[in-house]
Amino acid sequence: MSKHHDELDEKAPPKGGFSRRGFFRGVGVTSGALGSAILGEQEADAAQAAGAKIGPGAVPVSLNINGKVHNINVEPRVTLLDACRNHLDITGAKRVCDRGTCGACTMIANGKVIYSCTVLAVDAQGKQIQTIEGIAAAARPHPLSTAFVNNDGQQCGYCTPGFVMAAKGLLDKNPSPTYDQVKAGLGGNLCRCGTYVGVRKAVLEAAKAMKGAKNA
Amino acid sequence: MQAFEYANPTSLKEALGMLSSQWGEADILAGGTDLLSLMKEYIHTPKRVINIKGIKELGGITKTAAGLRIGATATLDELTESAAVRTEYPSLHQAAMGVSSPQIRNMGTVGGDLCQRPRCWYFRQGYGILGQEKGKSLVPDGENRYHAIFPKSQAYFVNASSLAPALIALGAKVKIAGPNGNRELRVEELFVVPSSNAARELALAPNEILTEIVVPSARGVKNATYEVRQKEALDWPLVTASVAIRMKGSSVASAKVVLGHVGPTPVVATAAEQMLTGKSLTQDVATEAGKSALDGAQPLNGNAYKVQLARVAVKRALLEAAKARG
Repeated sequence: MSKHHDELDEKAPPKGGFSRRGFFRGVGVTSGALGSAILGEQEADAAQAAGAKIGPGAVPVSLNINGKVHNINVEPRVTLLDACRNHLDITGAKRVCDRGTCGACTMIANGKVIYSCTVLAVDAQGKQIQTIEGIAAAARPHPLSTAFVNNDGQQCGYCTPGFVMAAKGLLDKNPSPTYDQVKAGLGGNLCRCGTYVGVRKAVLEAAKAMKGAKNA
Repeated sequence: MQAFEYANPTSLKEALGMLSSQWGEADILAGGTDLLSLMKEYIHTPKRVINIKGIKELGGITKTAAGLRIGATATLDELTESAAVRTEYPSLHQAAMGVSSPQIRNMGTVGGDLCQRPRCWYFRQGYGILGQEKGKSLVPDGENRYHAIFPKSQAYFVNASSLAPALIALGAKVKIAGPNGNRELRVEELFVVPSSNAARELALAPNEILTEIVVPSARGVKNATYEVRQKEALDWPLVTASVAIRMKGSSVASAKVVLGHVGPTPVVATAAEQMLTGKSLTQDVATEAGKSALDGAQPLNGNAYKVQLARVAVKRALLEAAKARG
């Protein structure tokens, strides 16, 4: 059973270990990329090939989340969601099914909604990632958040951050959706309390409130 | 999931050099929507994971006079956003929209849709691709409501691809790169019935990469996909029917009818195709074709309902195609 507890896995020393050598190997990726400009083409290729395989121990990972760059050391098997929740204290996105089905972990990467539980952190580097923490202006809730409150768009609230992010992804692409488009646009998110009707109303209300201000 | 070494090659050659000639050693990562789940369940425990999204030549969708070239790492979202796909290949557009989660469409790739492993819950619980215990399949006497109605030998799982039926009906091919060069397969040849509980359901070697999908021009071909799901939202299909019809005047010159999620490989409904030839696409003819397509179905004790769903899917796909230009 404990084998299926990823949290334990992640903390357990990996095969090959988190060693000084592993760390330097990881650093080699960055220095290889920087160095390629001044190396001959053949040497650059060799440097890249040498640095192309990383892990299984912890490696340096750089994530751009809500406009801020975070540098952490995690194993390649750590997902974007777990990197945020367990290493960066960015806990708005929730870990529910952890299998790319329920949508509670929804984030936006380069303008597209994604399941952060099903993306490796190491694979999310170089992307502009937005989480629920990053959508509101200072001291003012995002119109979507307000609309969720106004329309009873949540009961237990655990799926809500994912729904808000999925809705934001939808409205960024289609600022004036129809009811059916809202329904289809939220097809990747589940709410076991069954607040779908309130959620859809909230998204339509937010769309009206946001007219002319894409990201208020 | 088990720890692994991660590689991020930028060329196909580099990626091919990182694969192993043994299954289970290395896995190819594209969208990750299936692979990460398989790894979390310890169904796949690769020592190395090779991300192929950094290989530029594997991406993109291009329309030429000869047809459509879809890079293996093009996402389902790119496919649904393509105007060329929507106008000339509505069956592909409809099939991709059937993957009804925007998140999965943004992440999942066309190559990944074809190469994803079956959803059979015995397989996903570690009983192997044929779902066997002590050499005997657990499916016929077990929970089989989503399983095959056209089983083949001991294989009761269903092929999970949403796009395969449409691609087969449209006559598409896949290109495959390996250590000894490139080869091509018709999409229907990509799927095979596994010979043992440890074998694979794809005609790919462990050191090969599916690089692109080539769909011939569908000008003058009426095509459509009709999918039945348990939920309106994200779910795999219960059954899918894809059709591609060439007309001569008001009657059918030739028809392709392909069923998905009814057998371990997509099922080409030859009897329905022959029955349609020379007929007009009326409601009665479409209903009759649906019946023909399901001749010979062998449902299990819990999935006879899928026979009727598939009949209706064929009928509705044909009537949708009849409306389409082409």
